[in-house]
Parts: sequence; structure tokens; C-alpha cells
Amino acid sequence: MSLHELLTYEFVQRALIAAVFTGFAAPAIGTYLVQRRLALMGDGIGHVAVTGVALGLVTQLSPTWTAVAVAVLGAVAIELVRERGNVNGDLALALMFYGGLAGGVLLTGLGGQSAARLQQYLFGAITTIGRDDLIATMVLAAIVVVVGVGLSPQLFAVSHDVDFARVAGLRVRYYNLLVAVLAAVSVTVAMRTVGLLLVSALMVVPVATAQQLTTSFRRTLGVAMGLGVVASVGGLVGPAMVPSSTVVAPGPAIIMVALACFVLTWPIGSWTRRRARRRAPFTDSAPQVHEAAESHPHRHAAGCGHVAVVHHDHVDYVHDGHRHAAHGDHYDEH
Amino acid sequence: MSVTPVRIQGGAVSIGGRPVLRGIDLEIREGEFVVLLGANGSGKSTLVRACTGLLPTTHGSLHLFDTPIGRFRDWQRVGYVPQRASAGSGVPASVWEVVASGRLTRRRLLRPLGRVDRRAIDDALETVGLADRARDGVSQLSGGQQQRVLIARALAGEPELFFLDEPNAGVDVENQQALADALRALHARGSTLVTVLHELGPIAPLTQRAVVLSQGRIVHDGPVDAAPGTVAAMLTGHVHHHGETDVAVTFAPQLSAPLDTPPEEAR
Repeated sequence: MSLHELLTYEFVQRALIAAVFTGFAAPAIGTYLVQRRLALMGDGIGHVAVTGVALGLVTQLSPTWTAVAVAVLGAVAIELVRERGNVNGDLALALMFYGGLAGGVLLTGLGGQSAARLQQYLFGAITTIGRDDLIATMVLAAIVVVVGVGLSPQLFAVSHDVDFARVAGLRVRYYNLLVAVLAAVSVTVAMRTVGLLLVSALMVVPVATAQQLTTSFRRTLGVAMGLGVVASVGGLVGPAMVPSSTVVAPGPAIIMVALACFVLTWPIGSWTRRRARRRAPFTDSAPQVHEAAESHPHRHAAGCGHVAVVHHDHVDYVHDGHRHAAHGDHYDEH
Repeated sequence: MSVTPVRIQGGAVSIGGRPVLRGIDLEIREGEFVVLLGANGSGKSTLVRACTGLLPTTHGSLHLFDTPIGRFRDWQRVGYVPQRASAGSGVPASVWEVVASGRLTRRRLLRPLGRVDRRAIDDALETVGLADRARDGVSQLSGGQQQRVLIARALAGEPELFFLDEPNAGVDVENQQALADALRALHARGSTLVTVLHELGPIAPLTQRAVVLSQGRIVHDGPVDAAPGTVAAMLTGHVHHHGETDVAVTFAPQLSAPLDTPPEEAR
């Protein structure tokens, strides 16, 4: 089936729109989670949201909105536990995460709902997304993007250096809660696309990929959002192009595309970081004793193949565990 | 009528129920350059954290610009330079971005940076001598340069009163000089500076007043050269009191991907 034919189906159009919005929104908030070293928080919220979905299924309400409500409550609770910096905080979080997951599965069974129905939310079922759910996804994703990008100066400062932000007069607590709530909202946004168990990946993996290539926060945020769209659209359209006898679930495919992007960029990032490390200037003062290198037939110069590192007013050439600085007709050990 | 930037009367601070500062009486006047000295654990960082509102006082009164700290809202008048440990984070940030975040005290929500903001940021970078590194990632800089980034961040908000917490810790001699130059420039503009120091180094000639803390109390408040023996020795750098080790540690935040080998092995 060609791409053109595919796009004439309404369910494909809906899925594509959902993918684009989700791809934008998830990394927009994921960037702040990574910045706070809370990369796994999305996963925790996802677990808690399972209970929300089950509640919706059992009570015949919209699982999307019950999931939003429960995920927001869970995220606020997680943030409050984190804020207290309790040593046992991570245990409290673990209790909440697994309580949420187990509770959700149990509720679904008790309510007489099939496991297959819950599965749609656990691993995503983007091609079955209905009109109402699509609108909800679009609205929620737009809120996440607008707040995440619009308040980026404040959210950056709070995530970067809490003490400084506090002295600057920012209401740190409100911003922290805002990040938690936005994370919960984007979890539920991504729930229909990649599923609650893989949500965190779409929030975090594009950020990990972006930072292989960037040195600034804003660019990381922008590139991650772009990569999120690439992954979610790629994971959706790619499988549709393969012969129809094979079954490829879009949710996991999206995550695999995101991971593939990381695998492609990691060597570049690794190489640039290692290069920067080796060429970082030496800051120690020049040695007090004068120690000349032993016979040294090679002449160092720009482009001689050895790593040249700035050391105060001169250049040290690094090779075989030595740092050689030119001194008249010989080299000194620095 | 001139205001008093900092006034503490009978101040006490406890951390986790344990008294850290007791009976602090301190008045810092406009345009002063005050250094807080003392051994590790003497409470000098705690004093700065109390003055910036990060720690509550348990007794006494603390006024910033003649306003009780509980009701103080003019935070754009205060610049805070924390110890360097927080210069890096999980996501890369450029030098310019970190300095720009110092401008938040004067920015309204959802408004883009104006021309005045941009000029303040550029000036701040210029003052600390890092204008040419603006686009670089913070984690690519040396420890001393990162410290200067944090000073520029405080500077970008154009405050009148600066609190600096050990700006010299783990900074090499050359950068200490650059730092002292930046502080001299601030002082010359009429800013009030309060800086915690472990050793005076190149900052010594700039300061007129040393406040020495010991075990949570002020034991000396006056000219630097009249300070007790330990301080005079700190001036010349002859005393290596305990806690020496954590001064020597250079904290260089490192960004890495999950599969990277740690830097010390990658060399």
C-alpha cells in the first residue's frame, strides 16, 4: 500500500495527528525531567496512571480523563515526597508506582473488563484512537508545549539551580509542581500513542539523543521535540509500509525509532566529548623544576598529529603519557 | 537617607534542630566589601544562606534594605553566587543561557528578552572576561571559569548587594586573579559585597572589613590586618587548617551518555 493510499483512511489521519502532537509534547517536558535527573519519573507516573485508566474503564467514564486526574494526583504526590528529600523517598515512590500498576490491573479484572482493553493503554493503540480522544490529545499536548516552551526561562532556572532560583524570588515550589503536573499530562497524552509502559521512553530518549549534538539548553529542547515527531511519525508510518502479513505494533516501533536515533548520534557525541576533554587547557602552573625531555627527534608543530593542549601562554603536546613544551632547542616535561 | 543593606540583631540559625549560628550582630553598610572568614563548620556559609532567605533564622531579626526578610520582595536587589557545585545539570546549557537566567529577577512572565536585558547579559559576561565563551557549554569550562559564569549570572540581574559563597574554592591561581578583577569592578560601581572565603588570596587587597566566625559566633569584626592570628596567616597562606581537602577538589560537572566510559578511564 502506498503512503498516499494510506492517508485516505480516516483512522490513519487521526493516528498521524496524534503522533505529531505527542511527539512534540513528550520531549518538551521530558527535557526538564532529564535536567533534574528524574528521567524515570515519567515511568512512575505512567504506572500510577494505570489505576486511572482502570477506574475509567470500570466506571464507564472516559479513561483518558480519569487517567489525567489520577496521574496528576500521583505526580503531585511524587513531587511532594521528592521535595522532602527523605532518605526513604525512593521507597515511598516504589510503593506508589507498583501500587498503581497492580491496582489498575486488579480493578480492570474486578470490573469485568478484558485484559485486552487495558492492553491498549499499556502498550498503545494509536490506530484505534477516536475523535474525542484525538481532540483531548491535541488540547493537552498543546498546553504542555505552550507552557513548557513559554515558561522555559523560569523552568530552566528552577531546574538548573534551585538555590539561585529561590534567591531570585521565583516560587520554586509552584514551578516544581507545575513540572510534575505537566509530566502527568504528557504521560496521558502519550498513553494512546506508545502506551503507559513506554511513555517515559518518548519523553526521555529524544532528549538523550539531542544532547549528543548540542551544547545549549534551548537547542536541546528544540531538537528533542523535533526528534520526538520524527520518531512518532516514523514509527507509525514505517510499519504501515511493510507487507500486511507482518504485524508491527506502532507503540514499540516508535520507541525503537527513537532509540535508533540515539544509537546513530551517540558515537558523534562520544567523539566530540572525548576530543573536548583531551584538548581542555591545563590549568596547573608550569613546573618549578626544569626537566628537559630525553632525546626527542620529532619536532612538534600544529598538525603534527599529537594532541595540542593550551597551558597558560604556550602549548603542551601530549603523547605517550608525556606533556612536552618547546623550550629553545629542546622540549620540557610539563 | 541611606539604607542598610544587611542588618542582623541577635540572629541565630539552626539546621535540623542543631544550633549553627548564635548571637549574630552584624550590620553591613552600602558600598562595603566584607569577607566572612572562618574554619570549616564555623557557620560562614550558613550565615550567607540565612541572609539570602534560604535558611530561616530561629531567633533575632534580619533586615535586608531595612525590610524584615519575611516581607522582603525586592529580590532583584540581591545577587547570590552559590558554591560552584550546581553549575552543571542533566541537560547541556550554554554559558549565555546560565547568565541569562540571572536576568529573571527583572523579567515578567512570558515576555521575551528585551534590548536592555541582552545588554545586561553581555555586560555581565564582559565583566568576568567570558564574552568569547558565551556559546560554549558550561560543562566544557574549567572550574574557575564556571565560577565566573555564576558571578556573571548574579551580575546580569544588576543587583546592589552580592553574596558570594566561597568563589575561590578549587579555583586555580590565574582564575582567582580574574575573579578578583571582576569583584574589584563590581565594588568600583558601588555594589555592596559579602563574600565567604576560605583563604584571601588575590582578593585580600580589595577588602576593608573581615568578619571572622568561629563555632557559630562572630569572634572578630574589623580591618583585615587586625584580625586574629589565623586570619593574618590566611592572608599569607601559611595555615592549612582542617578541611583543606575539600578546597582542593575541583568539581567538574560532566555530561555523558549512558554508554560512555567515565572520563578518568577514557584518557
